[in-house]
Formats: sequence, C-alpha cells, structure tokens
Amino acid sequence: MRTRGLRVRRGPREVLHGVDLDVPAGQVVGLLGPSGGGKSTLMRAVVGVQVVQAGEVTVLGQPAGAPGLRSRVGYVTQAPSVYGDLTVRANLRYFATVMGAGRPAVDEVVEQTGLRGQVGQRASTLSGGQLSRLSLAAALLGEPELLVLDEPTVGLDPVLRRDLWDLFGRLSGAGVTLLVSSHVMDEATRCDRLVLLRHGEVLADDTLAGLLERTGAPDVEHAFLELVEHAPPPVGWSGP
Amino acid sequence: MTPRLTLATALRVVQQLRADHRTVALLLLLPCVLIGLLAWVFDGGPVFDRIGPALLGVFPFTVMFVVTSITTLRERTSGTLERLLATPLGKGDFLGGYAVAFGMVAVAQAGIATAFAIGVCGLQVAGSPWALVGVAAASALVGNALGLFASAFARTEFQAVQFMPAFVLPQFLLCGLIVPRDQMPAVLEAVSHVLPLSYAVDAMNAVSRSADGGAEALADVALLAAFALGALTLGALTLRRRTP
Ligand SMILES: Nc1ncnc2c1ncn2[C@@H]1O[C@H](COP(=O)(O)OP(=O)(O)OP(=O)(O)O)[C@@H](O)[C@H]1O
Ligand SMILES: [Mg+2]
Repeated sequence: MRTRGLRVRRGPREVLHGVDLDVPAGQVVGLLGPSGGGKSTLMRAVVGVQVVQAGEVTVLGQPAGAPGLRSRVGYVTQAPSVYGDLTVRANLRYFATVMGAGRPAVDEVVEQTGLRGQVGQRASTLSGGQLSRLSLAAALLGEPELLVLDEPTVGLDPVLRRDLWDLFGRLSGAGVTLLVSSHVMDEATRCDRLVLLRHGEVLADDTLAGLLERTGAPDVEHAFLELVEHAPPPVGWSGP
Repeated sequence: MTPRLTLATALRVVQQLRADHRTVALLLLLPCVLIGLLAWVFDGGPVFDRIGPALLGVFPFTVMFVVTSITTLRERTSGTLERLLATPLGKGDFLGGYAVAFGMVAVAQAGIATAFAIGVCGLQVAGSPWALVGVAAASALVGNALGLFASAFARTEFQAVQFMPAFVLPQFLLCGLIVPRDQMPAVLEAVSHVLPLSYAVDAMNAVSRSADGGAEALADVALLAAFALGALTLGALTLRRRTP
C-alpha cells in the first residue's frame, strides 16, 4: 500500500498536506500522532471512502476503493459501526455474507476476538470494549489481505490488548498487512514500523529502533514528544 | 446487484424490525385503530365508504416514508453505511434490501388494515379486496423510496421526522381525499398530477367504486411504480461511497 502527494480537504481546511507513505506487504504499521492530526482521514483515503483533492493511493496494486479491492480490505472505523438492535451472531452473519465468507468464518472471528460468551447478546447491550471487538470481528471476516484498523484497542484492558496484538502478529505472520492507529505508545513496540502524523504531515516513518536512535530518546513516548516539539511548524499553522 | 446480497440485506432489516416489538405493533395495528376511529366518527355511513379506501392508500405511504427515512439516516450516522459501502455490497443491494423488507411489512400492514376495514367496520368495496392490498403495497413502495431519498437531506433524526409533514402533508391535502382533485383550483389540480399519492388514491377509488375498476387502477399502479423507481434512482445517487 502506498500514497503519493495525498491531499485531503475536510470542511474548510486541508487536513492532509501531501502525504507520501509506504506500507510494506505483510507488516504491521502503527499510525501515531496527536488527536486531529489526520490519522482517521488517511485511513479513510486508504479504504477509498474519502474524497481526496490530489495525489494517489495504491492498495494491493490497485487504486484505493477499486471494486476488486472491496473484499480484500477490512476496515474498522474509529466509532464501532455495527447494528445495535441485532445480536453479535446476526451482525457477524450479515457481514460475513456481504464479504463472501461462510458460516465457519463467523465462529473463527468470534474466537479471535474473545466474544464467545456474547454471541447471543444484542450489540446495544455490549460493554464499550466488547462493542469495539465486535466491530473488529466484522472486519476480520473474509480473510482480508489488508486490515485498516482505526484505534481498535481503545477502551480495552491490558490483557485483551495483549491478546489482540498477538492476533495482529499472527495475522501479519500469515501475510496480512495491517495499518493500525493508536494513542497507546507502548503498543508501538508491537509494530514493525511506525508512522508519525502531525497536522497532516508525516513527521517520521521508521522502525522503532531507528526512531529511538535518531532522537536519542529512551522510549517511543519521548521520541514522539521530541519529534513533535522540534519539528518545524506545519504549513498554514498560526500557533495553538 | 447480487440477489444473494439483496436478500441478506432484506433479512437483516427484518431481523432488526423483529427485535423492536413496539414498532411492529404500531406498524400493524395503528392503521386499524385509525380506520376504526374514522368509521365511528362517520357512523359507518356513505362518507366512510368514500374516504375509507383512499385512506388505506395513504397509511402505507406515510408510515413507510417515516420508517425508511429514519432507518436509513441511522445507517448513515452510525457508520454502518460507510462500512457497507467499503464492502462488495452494491448500492442496489442496499436499496433493494430495504425495499423488499419494507415491501413485505407493507403488504402485511395493508392486508390487516383492509381486512379490518371490510370485516369489522363494514366498508363497502365494489372491486376485489386483494386489489386494495396491491395498491397499498405500491403506495408503500413509493413512500419507501421517497423516505430513502429524503434521508440524504437530514443530518439528524429530528430533521428526518420534520420531513414527514414537509413531504407528506401537502400530498395529503392535494391527493383528492379532502376535495376531489377536479374540483380544486386549476393550479393545485396541476400540482396534484405530479404527486404520487394522488395516483394511490385514484387507484383505491377506482377499485372500491366499481367492480371493473381494475384496469384503471392498474394504470395508476404502473405510475406509482415509475415514481418509486425514479425516487430509488435519486436515492441511489445520494449514496456515495466516497464522502468529504
Ligand atoms: N467531517 C469533517 N468536517 C470538517 N472537518 C473534519 C471532518 N472530519 C474531520 N475533520 C477535521 O480533520 C482533522 C483530522 O481529523 P482526523 O479524524 O483525521 O484526526 P485523527 O488524527 O484521527 O484524530 P483522533 O486521534 O482524535 O482520532 C481534524 O482537525 C478534524 O477536526
Ligand atoms: Mg481518528
């Protein structure tokens, strides 16, 4: 997956100012950055649901959003997007049909996301973390080759987060490419590469080791602060 | 459009409805209550026989307009539409699924309301009661398609509810239920010719007044179908895979 000169305007302002990004196949790439930096917008462009002003986005060798990609890309929106009035099972069965996956796939993603105890429960009665796992489960159906996950671990306890990152690791081991946004810095250690996005510009695109070496910081959190504070002000930025 | 995906979507919509007992009860029983009330008000006399059938065409239109505009708006705001449009699901499958699911609800609703009007309230109908159900279903489909289209212009459910009086009430006033259309001022009569509800009421009247009104009603139903198709096409244009 790669983008070249990607510019996106949302409302009155330009939110991505020419983003060049490469996500190598089979890797887990973490998308980090301050709130409002454009992470969700970038992910929407990759999935092909965002109107873009300029630049190109190529996914699995095709332009983003191409009909041929729709069953090969899994997408989890930042806010859980499932049907609250349906049970976990009914939600997953519907999305499985849509993605061209069979019934066994439903059981498999239920196991992967630890929702076995909730299959008969209505989605509107799930806890916040369970709901976001259901949203994730729906995106795993149909064995997508690229997974675009917008903050999939928000609201989860450390055990669940570890389990999910183990799952992401297994998926990438099986050849799946993952683009995962996150606010939790210790999750960065589980990524093959890290991309720092601030005010619509890529501040860094490196491995964790490379990032620490370049900034001389002891951990991601400090490297992040170092980069954010010492970067030149962005285009059109008139101070906070 | 893929029949399998259209049907899966219809099934999903029906499952959602089934989970909401109160809405189902309102959908199926409210028309009966209102028709019963009307029969009572006019004491089952000739006025009831005149406007009863027309009303059987107005209910499904109104109810389906509201139900569809709210449910599709919910899909738009909850993110499920964005998710679906990023999958192989076609826009036609999405729209068709809703049309099939609500079409079935409309047939059930019309069947119950017609049976109640004729059996309990003693409504006199010259033509076949089945023709009344058929016209009601066509009327529901138009309400369905228009609701879908209208939902694209609402940001909130509150706005969507306000569209009901905006889209439906003018049609209600001009459809010939209150004053026969040929007795209205020329301008209003001309306007009534381009409003779908007028044809639903015409068809209902044709069926209820003479035993051989079927052919006339069929022409009106064909027009209703054309309206539904037009509105569905406009609705499809408002379903964008890419949004700003
Ligand atoms: N629909 C919209 N209309 C106008 N502006 C928008 C819209 N959606 C997002 N924005 C703006 O675009 C910018 C980038 O938003 P985006 O959602 O991509 O940020 P983010 O990095 O995902 O933030 P967070 O970490 O808080 O999720 C923000 O300044 C936001 O206010
Ligand atoms: Mg975001």
